[in-house]
Amino acid sequence: MIDLVDVSKSYAKGMPAVDHVNLHINQGEFVFIVGSSGSGKSTLIKLLLKELDATSGEIEVLGNDLSMMRQRQVAKYRRKLGVVFQDFRLLQDRNVYENVAFAQRVIGRPTRVIRKRVPEVLTLVGLADKYKSRPRELSGGEQQRVALARALVNRPDILLADEPTGNLDPQNASEIMKLLEEINDRGTTVIVVTHNKEIVNAMRKRVVTMRKGVIISDEEEGEYRYED
Amino acid sequence: MRISTIIYEFKQGFKNIGRNWMFSLASIITMAACIFLFGIFFSIVTNVNHIVKNVEENVGITVFFEEGTKEKVMKQVGEEIAARPEVADINFVSADEAWEEYKKLYFEDAEDAAEGFKDDNPLANAAHYEVYVNKIEEQNELVDYILGLEKVRKVNQSESAVRTLTGFNKLVGYVSIAIIAILLIVAIFLISNTVSVGISIRKEEIGIMKLIGATNFFVRMPFLLEGIILGLIGAAIPLGILYLGYGQVVMYILTRFKILTDVMQFIPVEEVFRVLLPVGLALGMGIGFLGSLFTTKKHLKV
Repeated sequence: MIDLVDVSKSYAKGMPAVDHVNLHINQGEFVFIVGSSGSGKSTLIKLLLKELDATSGEIEVLGNDLSMMRQRQVAKYRRKLGVVFQDFRLLQDRNVYENVAFAQRVIGRPTRVIRKRVPEVLTLVGLADKYKSRPRELSGGEQQRVALARALVNRPDILLADEPTGNLDPQNASEIMKLLEEINDRGTTVIVVTHNKEIVNAMRKRVVTMRKGVIISDEEEGEYRYED
Repeated sequence: MRISTIIYEFKQGFKNIGRNWMFSLASIITMAACIFLFGIFFSIVTNVNHIVKNVEENVGITVFFEEGTKEKVMKQVGEEIAARPEVADINFVSADEAWEEYKKLYFEDAEDAAEGFKDDNPLANAAHYEVYVNKIEEQNELVDYILGLEKVRKVNQSESAVRTLTGFNKLVGYVSIAIIAILLIVAIFLISNTVSVGISIRKEEIGIMKLIGATNFFVRMPFLLEGIILGLIGAAIPLGILYLGYGQVVMYILTRFKILTDVMQFIPVEEVFRVLLPVGLALGMGIGFLGSLFTTKKHLKV
């Protein structure tokens, strides 16, 4: 489902951010990508989203060769992925419902479908009763749930989470991780980029560790071992 | 594209306008000034053209012949004149006809006095042609040509008023083209600026849209609509004012300059607007569209 073959990404001058990476992820897997800042894990996510193009190597996701993909096909491709970020990236001038509905509007879903689907996902993330609130009225954990609901509303095949617990206290962080696990149980492939050691060690999932752009370990039921 | 999506895009377009209303207002005012001037110049030019046309149809040149010229020769000359492309119409007035006309004008109540000339037409040499031209500008050329013809004694032309009008019309045309061109550029610049402010305000939202899988078209649409809406509002306001003001101005001119009432035949406002309304609105829309298109192309490389 996700295949990276000898993938490198260099920015103008300097060390490559991702250096000859090979990685294979199957459908329905739950994978942590861990490493300190500058290890290349965020670049990896950007490559998967086709925000960046690889300097060399091949990336295949859901049967799409990303290096061959035309600009106009990128939008359609991204609809198969869900993304959440450390800073949530919610629209502050809209309420919870509109933030989630936004993802459906953007891909042209009819209002009838949106009215049915948005409450469903908000229930899934446990925010059904707060659909009228504005983001700034919510706690960090709640905001991340909204972001998660937005990522899930279009039923993506893959969920990419870039430091989803980075701004959260341990209690909220573990609740978000529980949610991600639930989502994974329903069949969505989940990839979580993090440097939260406690969470990684508690969950006993596949752990891919990066350092300076290179994958230095890849273990099933792994642990966060490498300190900086 | 779904109707709900189109409605959504329109809503976003209007929201953009509201969000930076200062810039929006500036764009609308510039656009309004632009279309207002365009409307005024358009009205003047079409009316002056209309008046000139009237005059052209009614003012001709008169061609007289040398003493003793035979009517056969005159007819020949007449045919040569008629063959010219500038000529719209040509009438022959014989000496007798000219005398009859003269009598009608000046001996209306004293026909006995005219009787004295019965067999001695004082206008024996007044046989002439009345020639009407298609375009008043071509009149001089034609007069030169006719003066070069055989047996032609004199050509009368009454052109000064017409000449002034035509000159005035050309001047108005050039000045208006220059001013409108400058205003158009300013309007495009302002709209493009307004839209780019809107884009920078919504940078984050645009980023999220792109990551979620919005097409370029979807992202650009609200901004293009914003430009078009600004253009349309900016065009509609001055067109409305012109529509209401046109009649007043015409009325004012006609009452202020009564002498002109005969010459000045103004076009009714409906007729002016049959062209001005669609052209004005299309111009506003086009400028709005262009202004925002440049900007979205530049700033929204999705």
